[in-house]
Amino acid sequence: MTGRLIEAVDVVQTLGKGAGQVRALKGVSLALYGGQLTMLMGPSGSGKTTLLSVLGCMLTPTEGTVRVLGRDTAGARPGELAKLRRDHIGFIFQSYRLFPMLTALDNVRLALDVHGEDGPSAIVKAQNVLATVGLAHKQNAYPSQLSGGEQQRVAIARAIVGNPSAILADEPTGALDSENGLAIMKILADIAKDPARAVLVVTHDPRVVQFADRIIHIEDGRIDVDAPRAMMNWPGSNLTEADKALSGCV
Amino acid sequence: MSLIFKLASRNLLQDRLRFIGTVVGIVFSIVLVTIQLGLFLSFERMVTGMVDHASADLWVVARGTKCFEDPSLLDIKDRALAQSVPGVAEVTPVVIGFTEWSVPAGGSTPVFVIGSDTNTPGLHPWNFVSGDLASLNAPHAVAIDRTYFDRLGVTKAGDSAEIREQKVDVAAVTNGIRSFTTTPYVFTPLARAQSYIGTPTDRISYLLVHVAPGADVEAVRGQLLTKLSGVEVLTPALFRERSRNFWLFGTGAGAALFAGALLGAIVGTVIVAQTLYSSTKDHLSEFATLRAIGSSSGYINKVIICQALLNSVAGFSVAALIGLIVVRATAETALPIVMNPELTLGLFVLTVLMCVTSAIAAIVQILRIDPAVAFRQ
Repeated sequence: MTGRLIEAVDVVQTLGKGAGQVRALKGVSLALYGGQLTMLMGPSGSGKTTLLSVLGCMLTPTEGTVRVLGRDTAGARPGELAKLRRDHIGFIFQSYRLFPMLTALDNVRLALDVHGEDGPSAIVKAQNVLATVGLAHKQNAYPSQLSGGEQQRVAIARAIVGNPSAILADEPTGALDSENGLAIMKILADIAKDPARAVLVVTHDPRVVQFADRIIHIEDGRIDVDAPRAMMNWPGSNLTEADKALSGCV
Repeated sequence: MSLIFKLASRNLLQDRLRFIGTVVGIVFSIVLVTIQLGLFLSFERMVTGMVDHASADLWVVARGTKCFEDPSLLDIKDRALAQSVPGVAEVTPVVIGFTEWSVPAGGSTPVFVIGSDTNTPGLHPWNFVSGDLASLNAPHAVAIDRTYFDRLGVTKAGDSAEIREQKVDVAAVTNGIRSFTTTPYVFTPLARAQSYIGTPTDRISYLLVHVAPGADVEAVRGQLLTKLSGVEVLTPALFRERSRNFWLFGTGAGAALFAGALLGAIVGTVIVAQTLYSSTKDHLSEFATLRAIGSSSGYINKVIICQALLNSVAGFSVAALIGLIVVRATAETALPIVMNPELTLGLFVLTVLMCVTSAIAAIVQILRIDPAVAFRQ
């Protein structure tokens, strides 16, 4: 494990306006470290996605501080936040969010293209990453020609091709069957072995907890558990009632 | 192929019906603008056609003359006075005027007679398709344009008619000498023209001045103004500008054409803006993903503008083809629509501007997307 790649200190996030205003995060502090796969768990409406958006520089916190590689995002303009995302963060979404009119290869290239990296070297890089996720043979397939698991692997390739410091994944196995879900988590766990990379996975799926190095549980906008999985005596697929409660499965 | 181009083209082509609708909108708009501006160009050429084809360094015209067709008269004595100015090589009188042409089959139609002697470098017909300048020396001989055969009730050289109960023989026929007023031009020598119009023989309409080689045109112009009274001395450029200003702007004809062109451009912009906006709305989810993965506003703007440019290229190509057909179809009519390279280039630039302007609404919409939407859908 290496240094803090993304850090949140006393983050408060208010969403909405007027009577509909909600405090989605109520003083959250955490850090994501390189070489670590962190799982963020909690019931619906607990603030998981908001926390992911704040850590991913999509939202600027109402109060508190978020630092990406030491750089404070407070007061950053949208263009500067976009640059931080582009340069340092890879995103994986539950519904893959691939471009249906682009091939797998072009979907991966897109992450390089927005970086201003194009031409033959970008194609080679995208092909190599697709090979890493086991899709070298599907590079010319369109998303509609791929299974859910394959689409999510393309999305992972898109997230890592720019060599980001952190990968933020929102329910990456949520739309997949058990076999594909485990395969995706295996890939993410392999990525997290890189000491220069932190992986944060938001999940409801108890089957994938076995891949976590660390588990954070959030409820009602506050972190109530943040500990290494080993210390929590997490048995993987053989969940205790307490584990189930912790993962929001009850 | 650039990914921006790929994204833009596939966004457009994903809904082919909408793309076709956009292109049709652009085509209608640009064809309308083409017709309006093509007519303007055509009118401009017609308005200045006589000045363009007259052999003169300077025009002596009655003071206050508004355009070539303004039938104000000068005294023939001015010719000798003008001739006496140092630096003047030759002075040629020209007479013009409206009169009535009696159609052989019955009835009459107004014509515009231009009288200039064939043995002088004056104002003569051009683009002969039958006969020549010398044919006008025969008794009763005139030259007319074949565009106006139907109107004048003749079909070929050799046919006869009457003007003010005087015989007229069509001795020469030209092609493409049309008038802005749509009144047919009739070319004939000076004395015969005076007779057809009913102008006294001591009256003429213009003096065309030829400056001697090496003489300073402006200096001669100044001396002519000193020597002659009640006249203006115009260079061909000045006379062209005056005729153009009178017909195209003084009468409101040009303004009407420009208003039509402007309307076409506005309609086109609105159509493209509407379709581009709705296309963007259909792809909001993808644009949100682009924003989420960190693409800059510039990158997204390029995608939208590329879509707008593709619209403009497709629309302009079809519009240019239709424009070409319209130009060909009207070439031999009394109201030809003219295209030249400058107008073609201008229309292309207009199409691009129209489409890029249309992209603004779509760009504003995209820039308002919250990238966090990517996590919520």
